[in-house]
Parts: sequence; structure tokens; C-alpha cells
Amino acid sequence: MAGSLAPVFEPGFFSSSPVHVALIVGGVVAIVSGVVGTFTVMRGQAFAGHSLADIGTAGGSAAFLVGVSPLYGFVTMNLIAAGAMELIGIRRPRGRDLATGIVLGAALGLAALFLYLDTTHSSTTGATINVLFGSIFEFPSSLVPVIATFSVVATGIVLLSYRPLLLSSLSPDLAAARGVPVRLVGIGYLVSLAVAVSLSAVTIGAILSTALLIGPAAAALRITKRAPLAMAIAAAAGVAATWLGILLAYDSYDWAPGHRGWPVSFFVVTLVFAFYLVIHMSIGRSHGHGHPSVGTGAA
Amino acid sequence: MEFQADADLPPILTVEGVNVWLSGRQILHDVNFRIEAGEFTGLIGSNGAGKTTLLRVILGLESPTSGRVLVGGRPRSPRNPLIGYVPQKILLDPDMPLRARDLVALGLDGHRFGLPRRSTAQKVLIDEMIDAVDATSFADARVGILSGGEQQRVLIAHALISRPRLLLLDEPLANLDIRSEQEVVELVARIASEQQIAVLISAHDMNPLLPVMDRVIYVAAGRVASGTTEEVVTTEALSELYGHHVDVVQINERILVVAGRETAAHHDHSDSRAE
Ligand SMILES: Nc1ncnc2c1ncn2[C@@H]1O[C@H](COP(=O)(O)OP(=O)(O)OP(=O)(O)O)[C@@H](O)[C@H]1O
Ligand SMILES: [Mg+2]
Repeated sequence: MAGSLAPVFEPGFFSSSPVHVALIVGGVVAIVSGVVGTFTVMRGQAFAGHSLADIGTAGGSAAFLVGVSPLYGFVTMNLIAAGAMELIGIRRPRGRDLATGIVLGAALGLAALFLYLDTTHSSTTGATINVLFGSIFEFPSSLVPVIATFSVVATGIVLLSYRPLLLSSLSPDLAAARGVPVRLVGIGYLVSLAVAVSLSAVTIGAILSTALLIGPAAAALRITKRAPLAMAIAAAAGVAATWLGILLAYDSYDWAPGHRGWPVSFFVVTLVFAFYLVIHMSIGRSHGHGHPSVGTGAA
Repeated sequence: MEFQADADLPPILTVEGVNVWLSGRQILHDVNFRIEAGEFTGLIGSNGAGKTTLLRVILGLESPTSGRVLVGGRPRSPRNPLIGYVPQKILLDPDMPLRARDLVALGLDGHRFGLPRRSTAQKVLIDEMIDAVDATSFADARVGILSGGEQQRVLIAHALISRPRLLLLDEPLANLDIRSEQEVVELVARIASEQQIAVLISAHDMNPLLPVMDRVIYVAAGRVASGTTEEVVTTEALSELYGHHVDVVQINERILVVAGRETAAHHDHSDSRAE
């Protein structure tokens, strides 16, 4: 077995400690992205998700300046931004995009400043590249418990408020009439989204983090008509893409040009996109009554 | 359809002196009416008359500026299990991963936190409710792909599964053809009389409701007249409500309310549709 798979699994892949950390962190983050992302797509908040990633860049780059992990910068900045969006009025669909846009503009200015300072401060573009494109192979293993805690919080909020969240995503009025605290549930979800986007940003980078949040979930929602199954499929697809991406990135140290390795995020995002395309083309735009799809069984 | 109100029971709904102002405009003016347990009431008015606002006030989604709303004789609580509700506008995306069955189930426990675990008894109840609204054949389809009439039936099952005493339906007949219109009206009337549920159903045309309606609440520009059809839908009563002359005419079993000659330009005050 080792012989036939040798060209795929480069020597040292399974014994390298950075690879272990990358596989664990990447896998956990992909699960969070799948669970939270399913609701992001259902609630039509892909723009808010992407904006949070961009906004988080300000926090991630600021963290470098003060010498702490970008993870804390992303989480802090995204939580502040989520709070600001909620205050400005994320509840109405139109207000939501406007609120997002306003906060986004302000944060991108800060991000530009901090990224510039990062570069001049350290005389390298290393920090900038880490923030924008992720740094999964340089992830300190001491941060793994922190990642795990954030992951449990983000998925826990979504899973525990699953039914009220589903109902208020369908219709806030319907939910409110049933006694769902719609605003509270929305805030809880926004916290999950802020954390999920931060986790995704530190693994595959701020620029590409939306791909992991939206791509697998969007594909999963084409496959199944049951929300819990969609979350499971999105998580599984995300994990597969992330692990395969890590493997290919590791292999790419032998590739041209220059044998310096290709970025993990490139592979992950390309794989996610390919997965979405395959699903899109094999299912098409129609959902007939009798359309064969996963999960037609009884509740 | 006739239901004798029990003298001991308080009215299921009492609306007393309700005024509503929104964004500096008065939307409802001194609204008073009562609905007895088990009564089927039509809430009739043209676009913008204030029907949705009134239903939202009853639900507690909007607060009246003055006046009060009693449900089952008590001030209404935020989550009132006595009321079932189907909103007017609900956009169900075709890609939404939700079967008709799941939407009905959310009527049972959609407000609960924690992971869903439904007992066999609850699953049986869900199946029974789906059957009661004749939705069994499409119970496992995505709600987003269902026709307007099918979605309306699923939403009614969602509203009824928690066994409310009052069902509020906001324009359930909008966008339905005549046949589905009749089906939905008959279905609601049948379940309501079987389970002794009072129904308040808004519509801009009263004609599909005439066969089943016990009482009518007529709304015009935020003012309300209520009573039996014979009392309310008359040239005198409606002219007074509108504040100008309207004619109530009967053609082929259908009642039409048309703006009087002096105000013939106000076609929007007609609540009837040309067929
Ligand atoms: N939040 C609000 N702020 C300001 N005005 C409002 C608000 N909600 C409703 N209105 C106004 O109140 C009036 C009554 O609206 P409502 O939706 O109750 O009418 P309706 O009878 O349900 O009409 P339709 O048949 O079109 O559904 C309208 O003129 C509307 O513009
Ligand atoms: Mg309305």
C-alpha cells in the first residue's frame, strides 16, 4: 500500500507535526463552516459572511502589530462588526445589506492601514500573506484548544437554536407569533457566523474564507431537502476538500515553479468550487416532486 | 357552521378602542369588536385598509397606541398558544431544505431550543394534521416548489397543529384560482367547526367567504364596522364607514361594493373583483 500511494502521500506527510495540526484545525474549521454556512445560505446572508471576513482582516492585521495570534484579532473584530451590523439594522433584508456595507467600508480602511503598518514594521509581506491567505502549516499547536473551544461555541449555538432559527429564517413574523425571541436568535446566529468566519480566515485566509463557508453549504442544499442532512453533507464536503487541499499543498513542495509549495487555500477553494460545479451540473435547476434526492425517507 | 356561544365562555377575542399610529400616521381608528368562540369571521377591506396591521396587533407583533386586546378574556401574552397564525407574505425559496412535513412539525415545537427529538405520538399527530388539510400526497416535497394553494394548506396545518382556539389567516386566498379558493375556504370551515376553532380570515373580496361566514368585520381606511353580513354590508352602513356614498349591489349571488356616482373615480374603494 505504501508503495502504490507513495506519489500521493509524500514521505513525511503523516509524521510531520505541522501537518497533524493542519489536519486537525482544518477539519474542525470545515465542520463549523458547514454547519453555520448552511444557515448563512438559507438566510441569504452570504454577503454578510463575506463582509465579516474582509472586516476581520483589520483585526487580524492589528493582532500582528501587538504580537498576538491573528485568530484573536479576527474574532474580536468580527464580533464587534456583527454587533454593529445588528445595531444598524440587520433584521430587514435591505437594511441588512446596507448595514453590512457601511461597517465593511469603515473596517476596510482600518485593514489597509494595519496591513501597511505590518509590512513596514517587519519589512516583510509575511504578515499580510498570512492574514489574507491563511497560515495553516504555521499554526501553533498551543492554539488548538482555543480553536476547539470557539468551534464548540459556534456549532453549539446553531444546533441548540436549530428550530427557532429555522423558523425565523423562514419568516420572522411566523416565528415571533410562535413566541420565538427572533432578535435574540438572530444575534446568537450572528455570533456563530462571526466566529465561523474568523476560524475559516485563520486557516485558509480572509480573502477565501467565504468559499469554505458558502460553497459546501450551497452544494449540500442542492442535494437534500432536509436541513440537518444539508449541514452534515456540507461539513463532510468541507472536511474532504480541506484535507485533500492540505495533502496537495504538501505535495506541491516538489512542484514547479521553485519548489516552494503552493498555498493550501488555493487547493481548498478550487476543490470546493469543483464540488459545487459537479453537484450543480448533475442536479440542474429543477426540483420536481418525484425528483430523486437524498433523504426522502421518513422523519 | 352555526355555533351557539356558550354563555360561560368569555369571547375568544375582544378588541377595545384600539388606535394604532405607525411612522406618524394613524393606521387604525378606534377599533372595537368581539369574536365568540368557534365563530367564523371575515375581515374584509381593500388594499391598505389596515387588515394586516389589525392582525399584527392581535398577535402582539405590533403594539396599539391606545386600547386593548383580550384573548380568551385575558391580556394577550407574547407567545399565545391560543392563537394560530398564517402571515400574508411568506416567501418559500425553492432551494429551502424543508419538506412540507417539516414545516407542519415546526408548528408543534418550532419555538423550542435544543435538538429536535419527536415522539411517535407527535409523528402521528403530524401525519394526522397533514391528512386533515389533504396534503399527504406532497408531504415529503420541498415546500418551496409547492403551488400557492398547496403551500397555503401546509401553512394552515402548521398553524393548527398546536390546537389554537383562534386561527388568524391573512389573505390566504390571494393568488389562488377559484377552485383552490373554494377548497381552502371549505377546508378551514370544516376543521374550524370540527374542532370548535374561531377563525378570523382577511380578504379583499368577501364573496368566497359568504357561504361560511358567521360575521364580517369591514375595514375601510383604518375604521371598522362589524356584525352580520346583513347588518354591515348595506349601502347605508358602508357609506357611513367610507365617509362617502357607496352602493352595495347583488348580482348572481355575488355582493359587489362599488363607489357611488359622486366618487366614481375612487375605484380602489371597490372590494370586488371583475370576473
Ligand atoms: N410599519 C409601518 N409604518 C408605516 N405605515 C405602515 C406600516 N405598516 C403598514 N403601514 C400602512 O398602514 C396601512 C395599512 O396597511 P396594512 O398592511 O394593514 O393594509 P392591508 O389591509 O393588509 O392591505 P393589503 O390588502 O394590501 O394587504 C397602509 O397604508 C400601510 O402603508
Ligand atoms: Mg395585508
